[in-house]
Amino acid sequence: MSEIIIKNGHVFDAVTGLKGDVADVCIKDGVIVDKVSNAATVIDAAGKTVMAGAVDVHTHVAGPKVNLGRWYRPEDKFRLGERCSAKLNPNTRIEGGFSIPTVFKTGYEYARMGFAFTMEAAMPPLYARHVHDEIRDTPILDQAALPVFGNNWFMFEYLKNGEYDNAAAYVAWILRQTKGYGIKCVNPGGSEAWGWGLNCLTVNDPVPYFDITPKEIVDGLITTNEHLKLPHSVHLHSNNLGNPGNYTTTLDSLKIAEGHTANNNFGRDTVLHHTHVQFHSYGGTTWADFESKAKEVMDYVNKQKNISIDTGNVTLDETTTMTADGPFEYHLGALNHLKWANVDVELETSAGVVPYIYGKNVKVCEMQWAIGLEIALYAKDMMRTMITTDHPNAGPFTRYPRVYAWLMDKEYRDAQLNGFKWSSKVIDATTLAELDREISLYELSQMTRAAPAKVLGLSKSFGGLAPGMKGNVAVYNINPDNMLKGLELEDALSKVSVFIKDGVKCVENGVVLEAEPVVKKTYWVNSSVPDTKQVIHDVSEKFLKYYSVNLANYEVVDHYAPNQEIVEV
Amino acid sequence: METVTITLKAVPDLYLECESVTPDKFAGKTAAEIAALPCSVGKCNYTLGDWFEISGRPGATAADTKIIVNGKGTDKCKYFGAWMTAGEVVVNGTADMFTGAWMEGGKLTIKGDVRSFSGLQMKGGEMIIEGRAWNYLAAAYRGDWRGMQGGLIRVKGDVGSDLGTFMNGGTIIVEGNADIHIGTHAEGGTIIIKGKAHRRVGGQMVKGEIYVYQGCDVMMPGFKKIEEREIEVDGEKHVFNVFIGDLGERHSKSKGEVIYGHLYTLKE
Repeated sequence: MSEIIIKNGHVFDAVTGLKGDVADVCIKDGVIVDKVSNAATVIDAAGKTVMAGAVDVHTHVAGPKVNLGRWYRPEDKFRLGERCSAKLNPNTRIEGGFSIPTVFKTGYEYARMGFAFTMEAAMPPLYARHVHDEIRDTPILDQAALPVFGNNWFMFEYLKNGEYDNAAAYVAWILRQTKGYGIKCVNPGGSEAWGWGLNCLTVNDPVPYFDITPKEIVDGLITTNEHLKLPHSVHLHSNNLGNPGNYTTTLDSLKIAEGHTANNNFGRDTVLHHTHVQFHSYGGTTWADFESKAKEVMDYVNKQKNISIDTGNVTLDETTTMTADGPFEYHLGALNHLKWANVDVELETSAGVVPYIYGKNVKVCEMQWAIGLEIALYAKDMMRTMITTDHPNAGPFTRYPRVYAWLMDKEYRDAQLNGFKWSSKVIDATTLAELDREISLYELSQMTRAAPAKVLGLSKSFGGLAPGMKGNVAVYNINPDNMLKGLELEDALSKVSVFIKDGVKCVENGVVLEAEPVVKKTYWVNSSVPDTKQVIHDVSEKFLKYYSVNLANYEVVDHYAPNQEIVEV
Repeated sequence: METVTITLKAVPDLYLECESVTPDKFAGKTAAEIAALPCSVGKCNYTLGDWFEISGRPGATAADTKIIVNGKGTDKCKYFGAWMTAGEVVVNGTADMFTGAWMEGGKLTIKGDVRSFSGLQMKGGEMIIEGRAWNYLAAAYRGDWRGMQGGLIRVKGDVGSDLGTFMNGGTIIVEGNADIHIGTHAEGGTIIIKGKAHRRVGGQMVKGEIYVYQGCDVMMPGFKKIEEREIEVDGEKHVFNVFIGDLGERHSKSKGEVIYGHLYTLKE
């Protein structure tokens, strides 16, 4: 029986509606409760900010492509300048890496910032065992992973023929086989077209051989998702990422959601989550007349009620891009001539890994930085807008506090904007300088807690401080009556005063106390939709004919994922 | 210049990581403050005072500080002089890996050998190695594409493989022989080997100069002899065979002329 009471903190919580009111938060046996006995451990949070444990809706922290990045970027560990030996802590494992940290560093760094849950945003079903291996070894955090479906041969055939029963049965089968959480779709059709040396740059470019268009794929995936009543919506990385003038493709992709309504028992009311919108909001025709179209994209997002987005903020660091968008990574590798790795995942997807330096003296990178911030600042409904860096593509997740500080302090972001080499050009081509908005702590609690939990269908346990929710609480050294600015704010957000995960105090003043007693959980969705005869036939046939592994070696058996939390649908 | 002498008290079982031993960290500190600087063995935290006897006092600035490292077991210490920007460090013995890595200025003298990755990605300053150097001297770190940018390294003995990988500036002078993969991917700078090199010298180089006095055991196929010329190198004049390469690479142009890497061997 462990009881904790966090006293007199300024609580920011979108679920209970507290906007900085002084209140006590009580935890009993790892769950938020109304009150606790006098024997409870008291944590004094007077003059501090209290929020629920944060939820990351989109990050790449586990799996084969992350590990490929670790393999081929041994130099990444020196990016912090000096080594981290000064931080050696007897209670934790050695931490390494910067843009692609080790699993241990991933868990500890997220916990230091007050995160309780992260969603690994692209799991190739074939390598799901590897993903779960890494998830198992990541301390503290609860995690889940989204299998990719946007370039899957089975899905192409079912969706092309309108066989939604088979599509749903196949998705349910994959979720069970891979212990996956929902439907991720990366560059629909494009990554498969890459096998022919092609790409799909608009929603109407047909995929070679399969003759299906990205529009049909996304539309079919949304229909399948709502048919299955999955907790999360379709998680889309749309076509034509990172090219000037791509905002029209983005709008076309978002419009696919029109006419669909959410159908689930998890409190989710969106049908499409568009990820890292920053990379998809570019105007112009070349890198020379490249400009921001954040306003156009966000105007549409604000108007629609059934789509959600995350930002994908550029943090101006040297990082490692990795995505299942194989053709894009080839394109990027040809741009910067550093290193390029490419992977083909048989019938399912492809992937690429390329190091990238977001330079403060490079006009395009400066513009990308500005566009990412514009997207968050134009958002009207914070319950549908989330902050991410698409870790590690636009920047490492350890820079979240910096992104928050840029959004919360106009002076801080203007200092960065005016310090750029090409600041006048960036000011001309974006609208960031005109935006006076500063995100409040309450809005931050929405964007980083309540909104991602709701979109992921986890709003019953994560993202809030209502009784019955999981006892994940982060206390920050921020007094809302005397708000911190700039670097101090960033520092306070990056080192929690106290972080409690499932009722266990695991971080204090930015130092991880003990990771071991915290039981981390792997969330996955078990759909009750049974296999159809057609799916059973297709699976056995394709495994016999095309796959390099046996069907028996495909499933993620239980010992790969201890501590499962099964979401029954 | 003020001098601090530090003497290793015991030989560490594992390797002692001494990135605090630089004039930059010592400058302006008292002996007690120097003794409190961090170092580590494996995962365990220590202070310099735990491992070294410290005497003398540093100058007010790094440029005014000289550190002398004595004692048996310096060959189990890494990172001497790493990231140093000014001043002087003398190691009376052999030093382990990453000695003088990321160095930006000042002077580092090693009386014995240095092990791999020394002078890694060096930006400036001077490093004198009186013994021999192991592999990856002045190279880019594994996986990195940014090599030595400036400064001078002089090795009295032999060097191992992968000398000056991705070198982009600065000078390396080796009085002895070299192993394989010399100046791979070089984009500038000068490598002078007064003995001979084993093989694969200048592979994929696009710019820069490599002198191998006694020649290579096997020449890379991407090099072509263009002339014989008398050149003054390191204060002495010799007649060299001049090769250009690596012709397998894509070379940039400057004022209409293609820029090649150059490889020189002594004319018999």
